[in-house]
Amino acid sequence: MASIAERFGRWKRSEGARGLTLVSPPFLYAALMLAGPLAFVVLLSFWTQDYLTIQRELSLSNYITAWTEPLYRVLMLRSLTISVAVTLVTVLLAFPIAYYVSFYVRPERKALWIFLITIPFWTSYLLRVFLWKVILGYNGVLNTGLLGLGLIDEPLTFILYNANAVVITLAHAWAPFAILPIFVSLEKIDRSLLEAGRDLGEGYLATFWRVTLPLAMPGVVAAVLIVFIPTIGDYVTPALVGGPDGRMIANMIQIQFMKLNNMPLGAALSLSAMFIVGSVALVFLFLNRRFLKVRQ
Amino acid sequence: MKGRGLYAYAVGYLVFLYAPVLLLPLFAFNDSTVIAFPLQGFTTRWFADLAGIKALHDAVLNSLMIAVSTAILATCLGVFAARASARFAFPGKKGIMGLIMLPLVLPEIIVAVSLLVVLLQLGINLGAWTVILGHVLLCTPFAIAILNAAFLALDESMEEASLDLGETRWSTFRLITLPLVMPGIISSLLISFTISLDEFIIAFFLTGNEPTLPVYLWSQLRFPQKIPIVMALGTIMLVLSLLLLSLAEYSRRRGVARTGRKDSGGFL
Repeated sequence: MASIAERFGRWKRSEGARGLTLVSPPFLYAALMLAGPLAFVVLLSFWTQDYLTIQRELSLSNYITAWTEPLYRVLMLRSLTISVAVTLVTVLLAFPIAYYVSFYVRPERKALWIFLITIPFWTSYLLRVFLWKVILGYNGVLNTGLLGLGLIDEPLTFILYNANAVVITLAHAWAPFAILPIFVSLEKIDRSLLEAGRDLGEGYLATFWRVTLPLAMPGVVAAVLIVFIPTIGDYVTPALVGGPDGRMIANMIQIQFMKLNNMPLGAALSLSAMFIVGSVALVFLFLNRRFLKVRQ
Repeated sequence: MKGRGLYAYAVGYLVFLYAPVLLLPLFAFNDSTVIAFPLQGFTTRWFADLAGIKALHDAVLNSLMIAVSTAILATCLGVFAARASARFAFPGKKGIMGLIMLPLVLPEIIVAVSLLVVLLQLGINLGAWTVILGHVLLCTPFAIAILNAAFLALDESMEEASLDLGETRWSTFRLITLPLVMPGIISSLLISFTISLDEFIIAFFLTGNEPTLPVYLWSQLRFPQKIPIVMALGTIMLVLSLLLLSLAEYSRRRGVARTGRKDSGGFL
């Protein structure tokens, strides 16, 4: 019969133990710097701010404020609408590009195309957003260009300092994050399946609709989630190009934390936003469950 | 033909992707304080002005220090996690890796806010090193994604051969594994460095009164007369990050060649 020490010794050399030992530094770091702080934010959101001191009795008052006060409701709804719009626009624009690179570009040039697509996104995010302001402004590049071409008589004003500007800018900012997962899933599709579809008498469109698209759905779903979830927390874009009607919840969270010094309410707003995004994401995953089960 | 229509769309899309980036050098060399067309003539004075701004130099140094520390720490943590996840099955693997990779999908403002409240609660002064704490959290998942590919491509029989020939686990790692994944490590260092250098939100919340470069830029965007100088700075940063990026791509390709695989796209 093996003693406990012997058993422990054997376990220590086992694969599981070696894996756990190896993974423990990054795991401890994430637990200390992410899981712990997140748990504290949850606790904080149930406390209340009373001028300079924090009342530590648990209460729901922050959540009641966050979910009933018109200002926060408007911001929350707008953030959600903008995020959905950004996701739709980004993924719809990205799909044809991913499709083109995967199906029409010669294999040895694919890496070059992907490189070309990712390059603009390694320049300063702040400056990219600011430059959209330059492009979309009243005297901006787009308006001067269109005026010069005689396509419009007066500058377009609906493209800066509102939600449209936020959607355009974010659709640009998230482009590679949508293109890459779709591209990867398109690359995995066995091309002989498409030939089979056509041999069996389906047209191009029908083959695309019934074979390519369902098989590409895991990539599309990943793209949607990668774009949708972080978009709701974007601060820079609404602050720079959104104007008063394009402000989003992150701008309010920043104000609560750094200007109004009401951290508990800020925490409740952050968690409410996360809750909304999380629920929408789960519903979306549920609706697409049949595509995700397919093993390729 | 269908392919040609898609090609036209692809070119149009690339124009959309590159439009803001191409404007940057245009306005950096434009001889006017107003950022608008028509251009007013060529000048390099905005670049000359950059040399005289002390606050900017401090911000650059601060950012560089943060980015270098972040790159090293995130890559070290990434090596541990990627090695563990590529090579071993262990209890709770999915949950543990999920937590470590979580910052990839979490809005950055949530990461920033949660670290901020804990630091303030503990009474810790904000500064460069609190930004590093946040950036390491953010960069580690990217490092893991890159390193995972490197470790997965590794032929296990080489390590087994080394162990059979009498090397210890550690010397095998140092002599066989590490050199083979080195291109992955370099590309992970460069990507983490670039992400940290450009990161704004976490730095904005955690930097206290030593601004990083993006936080400094943010404060300057409010002053219209400072914009051309910001454009000049942006142009320099653009050139530098293109250099770094090409270096990362080169080292990744060399890694792919070394392990004898087929090239399958970028490092994201």
